[in-house]
Amino acid sequence: MNPTATTTAPPPPSPAVSQGRTTRAGDRVFLGLSRGSGILLLVIMAAIAVFLTYRAYLAISKDEANFLTAFEWNPAGSPPEFGIAILAYGTVVSSIIAMVIAVPVAVGIALFISHYAPRRLASPLAYVIDLLAAVPSIIYGLWGALVLVPYLGGLNSWLNDYLGWTYIFDKEGTGPARSLFTVGILLAVMILPIITNVTREVFLQVPKMHEEAALALGATRWEVIRMSVLPFGRSGIISASMLGLGRALGETMAVAVVLSPSFLFSGHLLDPGGGTFAQNIAAKFNEANDYGRDALIASGLVLFAITLLVNGAARMIIARRKEYSGANA
Amino acid sequence: MSHAVMDKRPVAPRPATLAHARLPRWAPAAIAAGSIALGCGLGLVADWHSKVQWGLVSALLFVLITYVATSRVEGKRQAKDRVATSLVWVSFVLAIVPLVSLAWTTAVRGSKALSGDFLGHSMAGLANTDEGGGVYHAIIGTLEQVGIATLISAPIGLLTAVYLVEYGRGKLARAVTFFVDVMTGIPSIVAGLFILSTWVLTFGMGFSGLAGALALAILMMPVVVRSTEEMLKLVPNELREASLALGVPKWRTILKVVLPTAIGGITTGVMLAVARITGETAPVMLLVFGNAFINNDPFNGAQSSLPLFVFEQYRIGTEASYDRAWAAALVLIAFVMILNLVARGIARWKAPKH
Repeated sequence: MNPTATTTAPPPPSPAVSQGRTTRAGDRVFLGLSRGSGILLLVIMAAIAVFLTYRAYLAISKDEANFLTAFEWNPAGSPPEFGIAILAYGTVVSSIIAMVIAVPVAVGIALFISHYAPRRLASPLAYVIDLLAAVPSIIYGLWGALVLVPYLGGLNSWLNDYLGWTYIFDKEGTGPARSLFTVGILLAVMILPIITNVTREVFLQVPKMHEEAALALGATRWEVIRMSVLPFGRSGIISASMLGLGRALGETMAVAVVLSPSFLFSGHLLDPGGGTFAQNIAAKFNEANDYGRDALIASGLVLFAITLLVNGAARMIIARRKEYSGANA
Repeated sequence: MSHAVMDKRPVAPRPATLAHARLPRWAPAAIAAGSIALGCGLGLVADWHSKVQWGLVSALLFVLITYVATSRVEGKRQAKDRVATSLVWVSFVLAIVPLVSLAWTTAVRGSKALSGDFLGHSMAGLANTDEGGGVYHAIIGTLEQVGIATLISAPIGLLTAVYLVEYGRGKLARAVTFFVDVMTGIPSIVAGLFILSTWVLTFGMGFSGLAGALALAILMMPVVVRSTEEMLKLVPNELREASLALGVPKWRTILKVVLPTAIGGITTGVMLAVARITGETAPVMLLVFGNAFINNDPFNGAQSSLPLFVFEQYRIGTEASYDRAWAAALVLIAFVMILNLVARGIARWKAPKH
């Protein structure tokens, strides 16, 4: 306890403490302030939903195409036609690629830090991964566009040669690898630290008794992990992945820098083109007129709803886990 | 499982000793070296352009050879264990390569254009292809926007956390907790769109540093609430009770006992939140708009900011502008990392003692 330290909270209205009346007044003011800021947060959330919905309504009511299924984005045309089908497809596909790559690798690193790495290496490593989670996304984007894209060219043609028969790895377009596949890989790199951090913390909470019991039965290290660590950490892995997914879905700048967007549908992952909600907003914003901005806000509302669902699900899984984690400690 | 173990024992290859036959200790390292050599050799022979393939093939070979070798010598269960170990190592290396590459590239390419001139000048009067120019205007913009955002969101976040921990019971507190969680996941571009739809489109205000700061504040608030809440929960209840027992009113207890005890952790949380919003590009791009000139007034007119500067320079796409983008990225990453390191230092130094 440090009585001389100053605090950042607003000062109370009256310094007189000994009188009961002012004391109660001070309490009331302080409670009012703190409850007020809590309510303010709720108001902001409500305002976000209301204003985005209102603007989106303005846009969609004039949209001549079907907002959910149209394959084009032309709010400035007459009649204005725009739809989010391509954006939804690109967002989902790039996020799925990111998750498929990032989740197993992140679990691997988390296991490495919690169970495999030499003790002396483990905690600095965890620290570095923590720091990497703070690298701004624009820097990932810059690196992705100028370093990763040239490197992936070879891999892309290789995948095309040997896995082209799978249709999704068939590459028809030419040019640099500014495709949804590359975006997926970049997103995977970006969400790795966050998934690793959460997963590692859950792995470290696995009761020592469980592991020692497994070891005492003669289990190998892998069997210990499979029988005691992974079952205990399963919900942690799921919620960490959902948090990572939330980030991948909403990532803007890295995607905007790497992808060469187009509104032509292509099932081939390696072909340049496609788009995501956030990327489209960033790319179209500067040239949009007022109505075009409303259209972009409408697509932002869809993104908002999707991330709310994903994050809400993640929180529910975490909350459910909290109820059980104490029982088997 | 244990049945299988019991059954295996008698048919082990050498029943004379209790121990299984095992690969020598240096085997994993040798297999790793061998498969890397093989992978590179294959790459050279087949003339694969990118080193990505060399690495992937080496990794695949490593796992395969490990499995074959161990299942020959040590048996199925040990082989599985070894494969798991090798997979964990491979995933570690796989992940560390891009992250190291990112840090390395930023440092090397960023230091090329970085100089005192670069930090002290704006982009005023420069054509896109010109060399030189600098980030002074962007640094000013970033500092002002982040400062305003912190001034708005730190008190609100702090008070909300106090409410949740010290007063919060019932429906309102539960709702606030839930929506703080939800708010943490708002994509930054959505926060930008919200301020755009209210501040700019509905209230008719222009683009300015303040508008960007408002969006950043929305992104920052839930982070501050979360971390402050965690810290306040760590304050032992005995301290509160001792203070209340002495007749100190609750608000004075909070101000003089609870907050000072947790102040280290709270500072850390706020600094980490600042570091997070410093790198946000999307809301700044929508609301601050970018500007090549020095604009010291965050309330009027377009400004710039470091992440936005990186994006603009990348979009120009000349050699000189790439150099500037990397240098600005280096400045940005250094700023964020220093904030992070200092924040974590404070956390360790001021950790509440139980």
